[in-house]
Amino acid sequence: MEQLIRKIKGMVSLKAYIKQRDDLHFITVKKEQLELILSHLKNNEGFTHLAFLQAVDFIEDGKFQLTYMLCNYETNVNLGVLVLIDRDKAEMNSIHSLWAHAWQYQRELFELYGIDFPGSPRVHESFVLEGWDEIPPMRRDFDTLEYSDQTFYQRPGRSTNDPAEYMKEKMYKNYAASPMIRRDNE
Amino acid sequence: MSNLSKCKYRGYEADRSKYPEMENGKAVIDLDSHKYTKIWQGPQHPGVTGNMSVELIVNGDEIVHAKTHVGYLHRGFEKLMERRKYIQCFPLVCRICVPEPDTNEYCVSAAMEDLAGITVPEKALWLRTLNLEMSRVASFLMWIGGQAGSLGMGTIGQWTVGMRDFWLDLFEEMTGGRVYHMYMIPGGVRKDLPAGFKEKTRELITRTGKLMDDVDKSFMSNVIVKSRLQGLGIITPEMVDEYGIVGPNARACGRECDIRINNPYVKYDQLDVKMITSTVGDAYARAQIRYQELRQSLDLMSQILDRIPEKGAIQAKMPNLVNWKIPAGQTYIKAESTRGEHGFYMVSDGSEKPRRVFARGASYTHAIAVLEKLAVNISLSDLAALMVSLHTCPPEIER
Repeated sequence: MEQLIRKIKGMVSLKAYIKQRDDLHFITVKKEQLELILSHLKNNEGFTHLAFLQAVDFIEDGKFQLTYMLCNYETNVNLGVLVLIDRDKAEMNSIHSLWAHAWQYQRELFELYGIDFPGSPRVHESFVLEGWDEIPPMRRDFDTLEYSDQTFYQRPGRSTNDPAEYMKEKMYKNYAASPMIRRDNE
Repeated sequence: MSNLSKCKYRGYEADRSKYPEMENGKAVIDLDSHKYTKIWQGPQHPGVTGNMSVELIVNGDEIVHAKTHVGYLHRGFEKLMERRKYIQCFPLVCRICVPEPDTNEYCVSAAMEDLAGITVPEKALWLRTLNLEMSRVASFLMWIGGQAGSLGMGTIGQWTVGMRDFWLDLFEEMTGGRVYHMYMIPGGVRKDLPAGFKEKTRELITRTGKLMDDVDKSFMSNVIVKSRLQGLGIITPEMVDEYGIVGPNARACGRECDIRINNPYVKYDQLDVKMITSTVGDAYARAQIRYQELRQSLDLMSQILDRIPEKGAIQAKMPNLVNWKIPAGQTYIKAESTRGEHGFYMVSDGSEKPRRVFARGASYTHAIAVLEKLAVNISLSDLAALMVSLHTCPPEIER
């Protein structure tokens, strides 16, 4: 694997490399060099299996991290190729020409994160949400509780308790008062 | 759809001289021409475990276009997990796949242990292996029920689903729950085996083996099953990488990919697991692979029962799980479910709650991209059999 990383370093500018386990490595590459590196890994290095493509929202940095998880069936090594893209203008090149099932992930990412993949087949088709007009729900700034309060109504005659407070008061009174327990604010 | 003009299905060669008309290699399908009918299969359908519909355009009883629709089961587990502490994720993850929840529990526990650097005790690893194999058997038994039911052989389905219930009884003794177990938690497992459990399991292994003999005679060797499944939904070796096909679907066309052998986890490296493959790639080959794997799982369970240590810890020393903070990092843990590679990608930002948890289910590609391709040109009556032979599980598509 070290040999492959040296080779990749010679090809593109590698922003970061992390070895998580012997069979799991992560590399971070530049957005514009992604297709080059993915096609090289697929065609020349044996990373023929795309396990998934997913996004992580780093809202505090204003970035989305896209993770392309590849697998090499000969060496049984997983390699995660990471790309950071801007959160405001979330757009990425499509890789549907490299893997025939990549469009599915890209369609999901457009619906749930609002990341566009121009040219990807059926990318703007709805996936699990039909008629959704809020901000994409998997973004960190989408508040599920607020949405739920606005969209649904309380059943008449039913009271709601804050589960944390309720459990402290009614169920674990002695436990919560114990000095041995480390709390959130300590 | 580009292969429509070359349709040849089981000796029947369709007359493609008149329709569908081809334009740039694609069929022109005009519903107003009254030559085609659009019908929906699902969302409630015996062909799948869960709710998923397939939008079909048929010409006579031949499917010319298929499109999968999901969203009937979206419960937003991944979003919910981002707002929960690590230990609170466990009641959610087991619901991602109903017939086989333990693979989810294992992957999430192992991902947390990998990020936090926790070593699981020997005995807990053996108990996890037993739990995983039990869930594989239960899932395969349910699959036989689905495959037989999709061909109109409901009786065989009742035998195997009835037998699965006895396995659920064992799960109840082992974990306290029949369907959702929440047995594996970070650091190990919740409970040791109850008294007399090994004997009961050995007895059930024998009973299931006998039932499998009956299933072999009445289902696997059945001429109707063979005539319906042979030649149906052929997956070629080239499609495996192109579509990300995994598990028995990939092994049925010769790809040697079994995570239990290639990337051994828990105690699989100490067990005699054999790679079961075929080169045919059709629905019958997939059925044979699953049948043999079920028998292998029964054998593996006997091996595991002989080797579980009598004494030893079942839990590693853990911090207070209520306020457990996992160091920042990311990992991907995969395990071999009955449908293939099942994995969890977990990102931690150092806080008490995960930054991102993603469940990668095998059905994600099998039920959408692969099914949409394989359904074209087959008979409408074979679609349910095709869906079951791909072993689709909609809850793991939409999580």
